[in-house]
Formats: sequence, C-alpha cells, structure tokens
Amino acid sequence: MRASNELDPADFARRIRLHALRMVHAARASHIGSCLSMADIMAVLYTRVLRIDPDNPTDPQRDRLVVSKGHAAAIVYASLAERGFFPVSRLETFCRDGSALTGHINHAVPGVEVSTGSLGHGLPIAVGMALVAKADGSARRIYCLLSDGECNEGSTWEAVLFAPHHKLDNLVAIVDFNQIQSFGRVSDVLALQPFADKWRAFGWHAIELDGHDVGALTAQLAIPAQVAGRPTVVIAHTVKGKGVSFMEDKLEWHYKSPDDQQFAVACAEVGA
Amino acid sequence: MRSAFVDTLMAAAENDPNIWLLSGDLGFSVLERFAARFAGRFVNVGVAEQNMAGMAAGIALSGKTVFIYSIGNFPTFRCLEQLRNDVCHHAADVKIVAVGGGYAYGSQGYTHHAIEDVAIMSALPGMEVFVPCDPAETRAATQLIAASHKPSYLRLSRAGEPELGAGKQSDPYRARVLRKGGDVMILASGPIASVAMAAAEQLGAEGVDVGAASVGCIKPLDEAFVRDVASRARLIVTLEEHMLRGGLYAAVAAALASVPGRAPVLGLGISEQPSDMSVAGSRDALLAAEGLSPPAVTARIKRAMAGEI
Repeated sequence: MRASNELDPADFARRIRLHALRMVHAARASHIGSCLSMADIMAVLYTRVLRIDPDNPTDPQRDRLVVSKGHAAAIVYASLAERGFFPVSRLETFCRDGSALTGHINHAVPGVEVSTGSLGHGLPIAVGMALVAKADGSARRIYCLLSDGECNEGSTWEAVLFAPHHKLDNLVAIVDFNQIQSFGRVSDVLALQPFADKWRAFGWHAIELDGHDVGALTAQLAIPAQVAGRPTVVIAHTVKGKGVSFMEDKLEWHYKSPDDQQFAVACAEVGA
Repeated sequence: MRSAFVDTLMAAAENDPNIWLLSGDLGFSVLERFAARFAGRFVNVGVAEQNMAGMAAGIALSGKTVFIYSIGNFPTFRCLEQLRNDVCHHAADVKIVAVGGGYAYGSQGYTHHAIEDVAIMSALPGMEVFVPCDPAETRAATQLIAASHKPSYLRLSRAGEPELGAGKQSDPYRARVLRKGGDVMILASGPIASVAMAAAEQLGAEGVDVGAASVGCIKPLDEAFVRDVASRARLIVTLEEHMLRGGLYAAVAAALASVPGRAPVLGLGISEQPSDMSVAGSRDALLAAEGLSPPAVTARIKRAMAGEI
C-alpha cells in the first residue's frame, strides 16, 4: 500500500467537488456546504496520506479514516470513487431507492470504515482503533475527520481526554473548522475558541492551518507521529461551501440543494 | 455471579488472545485479577460510557472481542446510541456486561435499579440478551458470548446467588427446567428464579402440579420450549425482576399470542414506577413491595388458578 499516487490533490479536489455538486443536485440532497469545506482535506488524504488499497479495502494493515461528520456523504463517496474503490458511475445512485449510497455515510460502501451521521461518534471509535494498532505493534495510522459542530458533543470530549492519557500518537484528529454549525455560527451557538488551546490543555499536539492549502495539509497530515506519545489535532480553518461563491460562508447551504441555474454556475466556478 | 463471570472470562482470555475487557471505572474486588493477568487487554476507560462503547466498536472492528463492564444503566442507557449505531449496525463483536440487574443495588436508589434494561437491549438490532439465574448459567452464557462473534448483553446480579436446580444447562439459548411439573409452569429469568422455586415448593406441598424453568436467554427466545409447555399447562406464569413491558412476559406472550387454545399467561414483574417514588429498601423489600416475595407470588398464582388473571 502506498500513500502517494499519481493523482494531483488539487485536481482531485476539483473533481470530487464536481461529483458532490452533481450528486446533491440530482438527489435534491442537503449538506453541500459541509462537503465543499472538507474537499481539500479529503483530496490530500486520498492522494498523499492514507496507505490504502482500493483493490483490498479491508486489508488489516491499512490506515483508517473515520469520517465522523457523516452528513458530508457526497464528498466521501466521491473521494472513494475517484480513488478507485468503486466505479464513478455508481455515484449516480446517491440517495436513490435501494442504493447503499445513503445520505449519511454507510459502511456497506467499499472504503467507508464506519457509518456515521449522529455526531460525536467518530472520535471514540477512532480511539479504539488507535489503541489496538498500538497494542498490535502496527504502524497503521488512524485519522478522524470531525466537524466543528460535533465538538459540542460530550462524547467527543470524552475521547479527547482519553487519547493523550494512553499516548495515542498514531491518532490524528482533523477538525473541519468552517465556523458554521446546523443552526448558526459556532461563535454564536457554543463558542469553541480558544479552540487549539482547549486541545492542548487536554494534552494534544495542536496545529492550525488553512484547510484549503493542499501543500500545508500534505506537510502536516503525512507525518506518522508529530510528537512522540501525543495525539495530534489539525484544526483546519475552512470556508463552508468553499469554491462556489454564492455558497461560501452561508448557513443555508447546510440545507439547500442547488437549482438548475445555481448548479450550472457552481460547476463553472469549480471548473467543470 | 460477578465472580463466575470473571473466572469464565479469564479462562476464555487464556485461550483467545483477542479478548479485551473495558471497564467504566467499576469492578472493585472483581476485575483486578483480569487486569493483572491481561494488562494489555484491560482498560479502565474512566467514567465515560459513551467513549467506552464507541471505543469498544473501534476495537472490535480491528479484530477483537470486547467486553464492556459497568453497573446496570451505565453501559446500556448512557451509551445507547453508541450501542445501536456503532456496535449493532456494524455487527461489532462487543459484549455489554451489566452488574446489579433488577433491584440488586436495592437501597442505592433508582439510578442503580436496572429494570428496563432487558427491554431496551432487546430492541437493538442483532443484540442477543442473556439473563442467567445462577452462577452455572452465568458461566455458560459467558462462554457462549465469548465465542459467538455477535453483539450481546449479559445481565448479572451481584454476588452470593445460589445455584438453582439440579439440571445442567446444555445450551444457554435453551430454557432450563429447574423443577418438573406440568399443570402450572413458572418461567423465570434471572436470580428471581429462586422465588419461582420457593413458590413452586409451597404450591407443590399443597398438591399443585407445578414446574419451574429458567429462561436465561430472552433474545432469541426459546420459543419451541415456551410453546411446548404452553400446550400442556393449564397456566403459564412469567416472573422477572424487570418491567413487564418489554421483558420476559412480553417475549413469552408474543410467542404464544397466535397459538390456538393456549394456556393463559400471568405476568409477574415490576410495575411502572411513579416519579415521586424513591425510597430506600433492600432487594427483598423492594421485591416484596412489588408483590414479588415468595408468599405473594404463591398467592397470586393461586388466584390465577381460580381464574383471576
């Protein structure tokens, strides 16, 4: 298994953004804003970081990515299809009757490690996976991608407390910090700042970066253990709806699906 | 029962290096031996049941068999969604072990009374639910779930429960006859089966042909056994240290509902608790208050035999 491949992360990000737009437009689905904010993170993970084999998606020694913000399903399925886990044509079944491509991610889909959708579940699962990797002496790494909104959940903070105590330096949490949660701005609903300091106070090695800078993401995410004995959190400052001007930093695109005209403009802006 | 559980789990862990045990900061005087013998496979996760259940799923999805251990409502209700989503929907090999089932922590108050747990756990997809009545059934159920590779719930009481009945349990999925008899059949789950035995003794002394059986697995229920005894008995009685809704009574009644000419079913269990009722009381006192003492159960069965269900 190799982390790096011939795919270019910037082009991968463009392609998965287009897939996600097509999927939510065709399905009249929600959460496009949440998909677009994490597109560059997913592109770097799937082209430069994760040691995975699309032909053997359950290889015991693969790296694990637990996507805890399961509502961003379209961008997850798009990433897996682009990486070769299943044909791109299958993305057309998103949210269709009888399809495994449910509106919150589904582990019946090859490459999806765990089904999520209720927030605050992913980090505890990832912690369990990291604990076993340590116990087994495996070099596999465990990544968990969280939303900022799910940092309201107590279960997330239970896991945040646990991981440094058990020195899980094979664990990397990535927070898609787009500053907008379901019904308001993070700063208005439940302020998280000083966010990095909170993680540091719990014992994590915390990094802040531009979550749309593929170079910075690659540099920080591809390193196995940033600090020996401590888990790492990458607080990725992102823009909800990134790449589509009228969706950027707008709460409504947590819910709305683009109409035909909006869809055409969005695709043009992303670079169809 | 706790000792029978941990002894059996340790024996299983000796043979299976994939068995892990997580505790929600409980298990004083019970789990220390496991922790000492299998230090790398025991984690006290702290007082954090949601993290414990989610972690258990992550550990299980990495190829392990994970037991999580705490008191009654904590590893069940507190982390219910983790059990449903992360454990059951992923068919993760996680076993939930709750001690203090029913009124075992009597005087500690309602926070420690686990009387809806069987109903809630039974509702979860793919979850198997075991309620052993004595140490022997505890050992058998622990052995079974350690190797079943299925999400499972094991409800234990505390310590000092007597062995009941002479018959050895061959299969924890099957009901176990504790006392032969046919006219009246008492089906019990959990250590309250001792009350069933006492009531049967008394009724037997009064000339009633009464049998008793332990139903140590609520889900999947041994429906063949239930239907068989119902075809021969004049009266079926269920007895459980649990709400009538969603427990043994509900499972037995559902299994028999469509059987023509079946015997009536008298359900004896705990009534729904009013919000203002929270008093101290030993397990025996709380059971007596619910009409679940041996004399009260005996009297209730007599009234049912006279037609008052």
